[in-house]
Amino acid sequence: MTTTLPTRAISPRVATRAASLRVAGGPDLTATADIHGSLVGALARPAGGGPVARRRSRRRLGPGRRIPYGAALGPALLLVAWGLASATGVLDARVLSAPWTVVTTASDLIADGRLLSNLLTSAQRAFLGLALGVGLGTVLALLSGLTRVGEALVDGPVQLKRAIPTLALIPLLILWFGIGEEMKVLTIALGVVIPVYVHTHAALRTIDARYVELAETVRLSRWQFVQKVALPGALPGFLMGVRLAVTGAWLALVVVEQINATSGIGYMMSLARSYGQTEIILLGLVVYGLFGLASDAAVRLIERRTLSWRRILAG
Amino acid sequence: MASYPGRLTAPPPTVRIRGLTRRFGARTVLDDVDLTIQRGEFVALLGRSGSGKSTLLRAIAELDYDVTGSGELHMPENRAVVFQDTRLLPWARVLDNVILGLDLPDAVARGEAALAEVGLAGRERAWPVELSGGEQQRVALARSLVRDPELVLADEPFGALDALTRMRMHDLLRELCARHRPAVLLVTHDVDEAITLADRVLVLVDGRIAEEQRIELPAPRPLRDPRFLAHRESLLAALGVATAAASTEDTDSSSELEGSAP
Ligand SMILES: Nc1ncnc2c1ncn2[C@@H]1O[C@H](COP(=O)(O)OP(=O)(O)OP(=O)(O)O)[C@@H](O)[C@H]1O
Ligand SMILES: [Mg+2]
Repeated sequence: MTTTLPTRAISPRVATRAASLRVAGGPDLTATADIHGSLVGALARPAGGGPVARRRSRRRLGPGRRIPYGAALGPALLLVAWGLASATGVLDARVLSAPWTVVTTASDLIADGRLLSNLLTSAQRAFLGLALGVGLGTVLALLSGLTRVGEALVDGPVQLKRAIPTLALIPLLILWFGIGEEMKVLTIALGVVIPVYVHTHAALRTIDARYVELAETVRLSRWQFVQKVALPGALPGFLMGVRLAVTGAWLALVVVEQINATSGIGYMMSLARSYGQTEIILLGLVVYGLFGLASDAAVRLIERRTLSWRRILAG
Repeated sequence: MASYPGRLTAPPPTVRIRGLTRRFGARTVLDDVDLTIQRGEFVALLGRSGSGKSTLLRAIAELDYDVTGSGELHMPENRAVVFQDTRLLPWARVLDNVILGLDLPDAVARGEAALAEVGLAGRERAWPVELSGGEQQRVALARSLVRDPELVLADEPFGALDALTRMRMHDLLRELCARHRPAVLLVTHDVDEAITLADRVLVLVDGRIAEEQRIELPAPRPLRDPRFLAHRESLLAALGVATAAASTEDTDSSSELEGSAP
């Protein structure tokens, strides 16, 4: 009995809200500016004194209004808690250094150039692996997505590779390439190939048959079809693959840098571990985090630039 | 719209089809259809839903490679198809959609001219999602006409538009056809649309062309013209729709077949 009451109380309000939304949507029709547009607009507009049309400023079913600096709120709170815990001694420096120790260590390491050189080494590894993997994944996806021969030759091996976690290949890669840079870059690349391949291939294979039909009626050549229809149509899938690839690249980087590295952020961190310098470990984590954030922002920027023809809910 | 003027020696027809048969499984959808469309002639094809109109159009467009059937088809290479769903590439700007596959040095200039013709000058750089349904269909028209086709095949191009926009599109299409003079095969559900636009109206029933009417009314064809009403009466009869004489008052709803079907 008591549970049914609230629903009854709410329903009239829901009804009025839906009605007012419809009125608000009315004048928008005039935007089409056709003869009928102005006609409909005139009909929908109240003659005078009626309800005032309110323009909605955002999508009704969207997540809602943005909170200013909302993204920074959570991290800031964490930082304050950490600082308080360190200052009051609740947090032992051997477990976790204080934030200010991390900052002073960072400025020392920046001053003597160690941080920058390690950072560049790591960034270079990740970038090379990513570039190699994305390139290879794209080429393989195009081969198997656009030709039957390619599919027969490429898809099987890639699916096999997909079943094996890339990190499990590290022993073999060390045997073949030693513990140098090749092994590290290749490990990252192998992890990147799969998501790029899978998503690009799926996107190419699911291109709307109606667009293929259109391409036939306007007599596109095969190359024009690839260029004008297949590639742009597969771009959202490709970018999705790249986003996952970036995450995979950082994961692989962290792992390979813990193995016999003599430079890089990971090496800096494992060295710090043997001396119990938690502030350097923290600094390494911050750097990895910044890497991740920056690369994700870069991919999203590319997405926004290249997919501006879409209307995205989050926008 | 009038039949080919000043025709001394008859030029070969644009479309010539003999004995066209198309089957889906055991079902014969087109049964020995003959169809000729003269140069510059505007032919409308009426028929109930599922009567095989799209099947016929797709055969002429050579989009039915996977359908079993037989028949002799002669149609020009240079033909354009207008689909009901406009079929604009969402990732290409309006102008790029219009000149898709147009391998000419002056493709851009032609595309701009075609857009201007359909009243969309200045919208070249817009994305298809930024256009209204009627505007999108005008882009699709521009995409067809920019190729100077000998034959335009249109499958219910205005089916998704509201009545007023559709009337404006009729005027536009009539104007464009008068200027470019392609042969047109227009598939439609709308009897009034067929009579308003076409030189000849065909009715497809049970896989055969059961009725053919030549419409010889001067260009603006008012719905209340008694000759218009006579055409409409007999076309509706051929379609198997019983009409009371009184129903002609209600022009829009009674003439549209399957209007309520999804
Ligand atoms: N690919 C297909 N496979 C099987 N049957 C099909 C296929 N395409 C069409 N048909 C059948 O052929 C018949 C004619 O279809 P068609 O699309 O030509 O009809 P239509 O006259 O265009 O109808 P509408 O006015 O509803 O578009 C229908 O009964 C349909 O079910
Ligand atoms: Mg159809």
